[in-house]
Amino acid sequence: MTADRALYIPPYKADDQDIVVELNARFGAETFTLQPSLTGMPVLWVPRERLLDVLGFLRQVAKPYVMLYDLHGVDERLRTHRQGLPDADFSVFYHLMSLERNSDVMIKVALQESDLSLPTATSIWPNANWYEREVWDMYGIDFRGHPHLARMLMPPTWEGHPLRKDYPARATEFDPYALNAAKQDLEQEALRFKPEDWGMKRGSEHEDYMFLNLGPNHPSAHGAFRIILQLDGEEIVDCVPEIGYHHRGAEKMAERQSWHSFIPYTDRIDYLGGVMNNLPYVLAVEKLAGIKVPARVDFIRVMMAEFFRIQNHLLYLGTYIQDVGAMTPVFFTFTDRQRAYKVIEAITGFRMHPAWYRIGGVAHDLPRGWDRLVREFLDWMPKRLAEYEKAALKNSILRGRTIGVAAYNTREALEWGVTGAGLRATGLDFDLRKARPYSGYEHFEFEVPLAANGDAYDRCMVKMGEMRESLRIIEQCLKHMPEGPYKADHPLTTPPPKERTLQHIETMITHFLQVSWGPVMPANESLQMIEATKGINSYYLTSDGSTMSYRTRIRTPSFPHLQQIPSVIRGSMVADLIAYLGSIDFVMADVDR
Amino acid sequence: MSWLTPELIAVIVQVLKAIVILLVVVVAGALLSFVERRLLGLWQDRYGPNRVGPFGLFQLAADMLKMFFKEDWTPPFVDKPIFTLAPVVAMSSLLIAFAVVPVTPTWGVADLNIGLLFFFAMAGLTVYAVLFAGWSSNNKFALLGSLRASAQTVSYEVFLGLSLMGIVAQVGSFNMRDIVEYQQQHLWFIIPQFLGFATFFIAGVAVTHRHPFDQPEAEQELADGYHIEYAGMKWGMFFVGEYIGIVLVSALLTTLFFGGWHGPFLETLPWLSFFWFALKTGFFIMVFILLRASIPRPRYDQVMAFSWKFCLPLTLINLLVTGALVLAAQ
Repeated sequence: MTADRALYIPPYKADDQDIVVELNARFGAETFTLQPSLTGMPVLWVPRERLLDVLGFLRQVAKPYVMLYDLHGVDERLRTHRQGLPDADFSVFYHLMSLERNSDVMIKVALQESDLSLPTATSIWPNANWYEREVWDMYGIDFRGHPHLARMLMPPTWEGHPLRKDYPARATEFDPYALNAAKQDLEQEALRFKPEDWGMKRGSEHEDYMFLNLGPNHPSAHGAFRIILQLDGEEIVDCVPEIGYHHRGAEKMAERQSWHSFIPYTDRIDYLGGVMNNLPYVLAVEKLAGIKVPARVDFIRVMMAEFFRIQNHLLYLGTYIQDVGAMTPVFFTFTDRQRAYKVIEAITGFRMHPAWYRIGGVAHDLPRGWDRLVREFLDWMPKRLAEYEKAALKNSILRGRTIGVAAYNTREALEWGVTGAGLRATGLDFDLRKARPYSGYEHFEFEVPLAANGDAYDRCMVKMGEMRESLRIIEQCLKHMPEGPYKADHPLTTPPPKERTLQHIETMITHFLQVSWGPVMPANESLQMIEATKGINSYYLTSDGSTMSYRTRIRTPSFPHLQQIPSVIRGSMVADLIAYLGSIDFVMADVDR
Repeated sequence: MSWLTPELIAVIVQVLKAIVILLVVVVAGALLSFVERRLLGLWQDRYGPNRVGPFGLFQLAADMLKMFFKEDWTPPFVDKPIFTLAPVVAMSSLLIAFAVVPVTPTWGVADLNIGLLFFFAMAGLTVYAVLFAGWSSNNKFALLGSLRASAQTVSYEVFLGLSLMGIVAQVGSFNMRDIVEYQQQHLWFIIPQFLGFATFFIAGVAVTHRHPFDQPEAEQELADGYHIEYAGMKWGMFFVGEYIGIVLVSALLTTLFFGGWHGPFLETLPWLSFFWFALKTGFFIMVFILLRASIPRPRYDQVMAFSWKFCLPLTLINLLVTGALVLAAQ
């Protein structure tokens, strides 16, 4: 697929069996074990020996799987409900996405503890690099032929692999931490950047390169993000992004929180996204539970999610312009954010992290007078957006700084796993809200803003357009908000509707159990993607029939976006890197989780 | 009291005047930190410092107290003599240049007949502050900042001088008082030397390393660049030095293009001359701050391209046309 050819995205095809037929025809049905699931795609177990052939075939097949959407592992050792699946201590899954089919496929490989090794997929999808490093980091699974299989999220001196089931989840299960002088020296030495480790040279024939350590404390790194630049003057010869400073082990926490009590943790993944983060999680849990929510819930969720999209984009816009050197607009966008928070606070009772969605509904019904607040915001915002566009984004210095800077095309975006505004700025019309509607987005009228050049300026303009479309969606929510309950009438709705608890013993018991233990989700796997603020965010949940998740894989958009940086920025100047970082829209919690 | 000759009294009066001017400039420079923050606050829909004293007027005192009591930390890896020298150069070079500015008909430090050249010389020295700081700090960000500063200075010094040569050609003197008087007899130079004004203004912003020509410190890119390793009073001297630069360039713009101390009602109220001078200078200081509040920062190669490809030809054309007209008039 090339960038100049417009890509037709067909309607979404859940559980697309075409590819299973094609794979069976090519490799023989005995190669695969088909796993039934609620992930919305065929899940196929493949023997390790055939893995690269199968992946290569999927990359080359007609209507290819161009994007390695996700790659991670599961510790299968304690899993009880895995009848019919190949025997495994660990498994690694490859979640592949085809845009021309608009469907996905998941390939899984079973591994035994005695032989935890796989061939690397970096030659097929370059973005497998970081994912494989993370799997090695978290599970100790070796990827043969990987260019640099080093720790990704954990410090280089770390011992153990945290996502393994036998690795303790609580600090109290460890000996108290101690740091003596020798250990401190060791840790600091481990942080020293050695270019040779990365295959970099310290100098060429005529000049020595300067290695500049930008971050983790740098005003434009947008969080605890470190990127080491190999400079020739101010020109970036190469660079190495380093992440992990914001790693809190959200995926590990999910394995010891009840399905319900994990919701507040999701808010803090993309910490600017607020309830937007709750959405893929509760949707995935509802798939497991088989809950269908009332229309009012869909509308409320969409409205609040779009509010947070605007919140995120306003912060993005302000900091983006600030990164290019104009100090004033950020104060104005924060004023607007305050206006939006007024509404959000009135509805959810909280500001940045409301944790307001619930399994099967939302926490409360909309308060009286919510419509007036929303209306005020809708009246306020458009003229401000017009002002930003006129005063800041059409400024010739800003345009000179960002047009043509850090540009990539659709093909490059897809092979690095880029989603969201970064992908649409290259001209590809792929917005999950249109391409694979969820949570009732099919009921709304809105456009998908696009751009053509895929540079720093276009990414910002796409985000500007998205804010206007979000306002349109909110307006439709305001006009057409359906009446009805704000929670689904289902035994697994958490917390369950309380009205009948004092009259109805079954409801009373369910209520008691769900409040004390938490709901028990049927054993299965489910996955929900959403078009989050920064790109596609998804939760891939594995339930083993317990009150807690067996495995929660959080796929965040910022992770691949940062992995792409070196390929885009080589040959540019330091100032361009800053404009580029500002245009990506990432937060480190969304990268490190 | 025979030793107190009229000549000696004249000298003492001159010295006292010079000291007063020095103090006023330094205090004005320091006070600008407060003015700037309040003005930025006004334009950015926020308050700015308004807690200390009425309207926050004593903020300066609070800031200075804080700065004086901060540890004067010199990192162990720096080149100490040069590291110490840099802030001294930063603060003093433009402060000394203020000597040639005629404030009123009777006030002014030095009435040099090479007045403008003296300013160019001092402006040329300011870059050493940045170079010294960047080099001696032994820090890569500081080094990049001073690299940018030297590249920028090379570009902007060239037409800083040329932009004023039109005035010199018309007046026939480098002396600042002559220039002011000439404007009084003819026209303020803002009209005949508009191109000179535009380019000198740009170069003046660049000399002070103010936004949008703050490439050497570019917070978003170099995290404060050349003075990243400085703290306490040394940092404060860079800080005040920058504001003194603003005062100086504003005063020069007033003197060279807006008739200096001249204004209405001077015949009846001679003391108004200082008022007019201060008013005009204050206006340009505001423009400096407004610039910072309103526009983004170009990339430093764009800054240099703008200098060489746009400003330099413009000043040359200005000089040629002025020269031709002066010749034709003779």
